[in-house]
Amino acid sequence: MIPFPLHLESLLTKPLTYLVFLLIGFLFGYVLELSGFNHSPSLASQFYFKDLRVFKVFFTAIVVGMLLLFLSSAVGLLDYNLIWVNPTYLWSGIVGGLIMGFGFILGGFCPGTSLVALATLKIDGIFFVLGGLVGVFLFGETVDFYKFFFNGSYYGRLTLMDVFNLPAGIVVILVTLMAVFMLWGGEKLEKIYGNKDPKKAPKARYYGAGVLVIVAVAIAIIGQPTTADRWNDLESIRGDDLKNREVYVHPGELLDTFHDHKLNLVLIDVRSEADFNLFHLLDAENLLPEEIQNSIDEFIALPANTVIVVMSNDEITSTEVWKTLTAQAVPNVYILSGGINNWLETFSTSVEDVVCGELTQAGEEELRFEFNAALGSNCPAAYPDHDLYHFEYEKKIELDLKRAPVGGGCG
Amino acid sequence: MTENNKEEKKKFHLKDLFNRPSKPYANPYLGGVLLGMVLFASYFITGNGLGASGGLSRIAAFIEDLIAPGHIDQVPYLLTMAGGQLNPLDSWIVIVTAGVLIGGFTSGVIHGRTKFETNKGPNISNQTRWLFAFLGGILFTYGARLARGCTSGQALSGGATLSAGSWVVMFSIFGGAYALAYFVRRLWN
Repeated sequence: MIPFPLHLESLLTKPLTYLVFLLIGFLFGYVLELSGFNHSPSLASQFYFKDLRVFKVFFTAIVVGMLLLFLSSAVGLLDYNLIWVNPTYLWSGIVGGLIMGFGFILGGFCPGTSLVALATLKIDGIFFVLGGLVGVFLFGETVDFYKFFFNGSYYGRLTLMDVFNLPAGIVVILVTLMAVFMLWGGEKLEKIYGNKDPKKAPKARYYGAGVLVIVAVAIAIIGQPTTADRWNDLESIRGDDLKNREVYVHPGELLDTFHDHKLNLVLIDVRSEADFNLFHLLDAENLLPEEIQNSIDEFIALPANTVIVVMSNDEITSTEVWKTLTAQAVPNVYILSGGINNWLETFSTSVEDVVCGELTQAGEEELRFEFNAALGSNCPAAYPDHDLYHFEYEKKIELDLKRAPVGGGCG
Repeated sequence: MTENNKEEKKKFHLKDLFNRPSKPYANPYLGGVLLGMVLFASYFITGNGLGASGGLSRIAAFIEDLIAPGHIDQVPYLLTMAGGQLNPLDSWIVIVTAGVLIGGFTSGVIHGRTKFETNKGPNISNQTRWLFAFLGGILFTYGARLARGCTSGQALSGGATLSAGSWVVMFSIFGGAYALAYFVRRLWN
């Protein structure tokens, strides 16, 4: 199993967890100060190309952070699916970003740098932080006037890999090359507008740039773990759950779960569209097995109380899909025991019996009932009456709260 | 410990802490490498990136909760942070913010850069600088709330994890600042 990120909440007591965050904050603040981010003229002069110190620190940090993240993911140390990736809200991001840019050039800080300026007693930093508190207040008072805009143009956990349809390694190389080019261009601009002599800067930076590019290429060559890699890695731990049928949910338990309103139940029906149209459970979502891979990011971003139940006609396809989802670190995935065939056997009523008959012979993963009308979910068996059925079963669904953080640094 | 050492200890005054000779800032590329490593460590250990505006907004919510507790419960945006019995300060991001303050202060003291002063362009008064810092602060955090994160939470953290939206926010921040820079050049030049 991929060991990082750690799930601090389950490993440590709350005070110790907070101590870890305090230490991370300490290092963050220390490095910001060390790099000169508490000095507003340095922050502002990058926008006049005179002193690109802040620009250099910033893009170097992004590239170094990115390379370490994707390198540790490539070698199987870090699970990229379990780290927080900011969701994309296109238009509120653009407008918010432009407003931030105006605030940046007028105020000479951004929130993180203003905190460090305040901590080092810069009076302009203190005023910026005070203004910042007012800004939060104003936002809370006004966002309701345009909440559709604020919550609109939502694309979920969307990465540059998704946008350009390129593997992570290639995106990593392109971002690294772009950053190195921007830093090189930045030094040229500094020479023109700020009379800075790039020859005075240490030569080591060229070697550093070389190392960054080499690491990026190495990441692309190693590649990110595939679903098969991830399942091989996980099989020793979760394989037994399959063998012991720990993840196969009895139809009776699923029916009870329909009525457990503390859970966010997601039903994934992985059969063909034709079978799905003949009959499916109420609110089930039809996804073909080959479409699952592209929906992983959506599953990861679901709320923490989500339980996913996968179903096919029998259990073979649903078990494969379970492996994919579980290998990709989607938590709380279960399989409908016996599939839709077993469900219909258990719950079909006189209404269904009118339009369908049970076949004596059916192949593996084929619907064992013949319908002469497409019922979809417009029949009692799609949402059986809870009061009519009582089953004895072994309870399988348990909420495992290990999942990607559902709030970033901005919550 | 010798007598001599004790003598020296006695001479220590708190104000000396703030009057140390200022050292120059670190090489920007070195600072960038260190910042990237801290960012990575944060993701590697906790799964979360770095952030600053989230801590600020919770502190603002805390202050509002003190002044007008009833009002919080009518503002949906604040409700999730400070509604009812929720303590807006009970969040990891507030702890990170506290760490930033301590870390920044510590480095400032060690390198002789923690001192009361106003940094500004050569052609404006301190008062003008303070006014624009205040206005800039309002705009920046307003925009940061709208974009769901600032230079730290979106541009830096989301940039390194290759979030598409974060790269859009990053270019918007720099775009906005470069677009306005010419018109306010008197502030800084």
